[in-house]
Amino acid sequence: MRQSIVQWFKFASPQSFYPLAGRLIPWFWSAAAIFGIAGLWIAFFVAPTDAQQGEGYRIIFVHVPASWMSMFIYLVMAFWAGLGLALNTRVSGMMAQALAPTGALMAALSLWTGALWGKPMWGAWWVWDARLTSELILFFLYLGFIALQAAIDDPRRADKAGAILALVGVVNIPIIYFSVKWWNTLHQGSTINLNKAPSMAQTMLWGMLLMALCFWMYSIAVALMRVRAIILERERHTEWVKHAVE
Amino acid sequence: MNAFLATVRRDLLLALRRKSEVLTAVFFFVIVTSLFPLGIGPEPVLLKKIAPGILWVAALLATLLGLPRLFAADHADGTLEQMALSPSPLGLLVAGKILAHWLLCGLPLVLLAPVLGLQFDLDVSTLGILTLALLLGTPLLSLIGAIGAALTLGVRGGGVLLALLVLPLYIPALIFGAGAVEAHIAGLGAGGHLSLLAAMLALAVFFAPWATTASLRIALE
Repeated sequence: MRQSIVQWFKFASPQSFYPLAGRLIPWFWSAAAIFGIAGLWIAFFVAPTDAQQGEGYRIIFVHVPASWMSMFIYLVMAFWAGLGLALNTRVSGMMAQALAPTGALMAALSLWTGALWGKPMWGAWWVWDARLTSELILFFLYLGFIALQAAIDDPRRADKAGAILALVGVVNIPIIYFSVKWWNTLHQGSTINLNKAPSMAQTMLWGMLLMALCFWMYSIAVALMRVRAIILERERHTEWVKHAVE
Repeated sequence: MNAFLATVRRDLLLALRRKSEVLTAVFFFVIVTSLFPLGIGPEPVLLKKIAPGILWVAALLATLLGLPRLFAADHADGTLEQMALSPSPLGLLVAGKILAHWLLCGLPLVLLAPVLGLQFDLDVSTLGILTLALLLGTPLLSLIGAIGAALTLGVRGGGVLLALLVLPLYIPALIFGAGAVEAHIAGLGAGGHLSLLAAMLALAVFFAPWATTASLRIALE
């Protein structure tokens, strides 16, 4: 037991995490490619045309995984942030910093594809629906996190300040989600009900799950690549980085 | 508790020696709410409908305006470091500073809101709900804002960054605060909204001084 704990902490040091990340990245990239090709093949060639929505519905194969990832990455980011704050490990803060741009990208992608889907289906690029609004707020939270980290020069302080912000955000996300939801039902603004989705064909579900796995693998690969760059930048004064770059 | 009251008294005294800073935020609140009828038009029906939202958004922005001052001056002259070193817990002193901030920036807005509400043709019972909602909501704004103020202390472009960090977190307060007044106008009763607002306030009273203290310790490192 004691042995395994020591092993985990070994990778909390940037010097030992850097080569590990380097070895893992190709695996995640190839998994992302395989899942992506399979998912897109199902999405475009196997899944049947939807009876109500026609061909336009196929954008959900990108939209739904992007929305899932945008929410999940914030949780992972807050986890790393909390870990870094509690244990004072350097790689944790770097992981949180590396995940934020991918999370923001996913939130933006989700909003954008949602608008593209909404225009033909609802006749509007944007409605003040609870899900859309909370996704937009999540995007703002990501931007705040990135902006705060970018504004602080000292990386240790940036990590810790970002960690507190991420944890405050994670406490607030359920509150924001429910407040927006109740606000929406009180106003009865749009007549569209997103909750009563028609039951999905089995192939559509498979396509979506494969695409979700593809997005997972992509996010991990990109975050690891970014964390490697951050490690090199922050540890540039050390001997091992000089050797690693050579 | 003595240290807490002493901090409140000190901050109030400091603010009263420089009245213009406090008054600026109050006048900002008045001017912003008066701009909306000029931009939208003087129709009483429309103004009555949008009044709760306007007053709440203006209160949000006015609170935001006062936040950078919360710790900046004490940070600049080293008082904050002495507070961190003092024998009484920093969290208590921070709570005192937040209370003083609310008394200076939040309470005037609560007292002014009924007067401004009259401009929007709200009736007496609605004005009462509006005041009550602001009374519960503005301390919440001060508490959440204090976390942002501590995080951006001494950081490049602090003021704009503070708005970016804090405004998304203000959304629930805005929704339930303005929602309480709208529900009352619609005849639904504001009790649920006010209860939720009070619940969020209770949560924030417990957690926000703690998070603010942690952020201040990071800024002081």
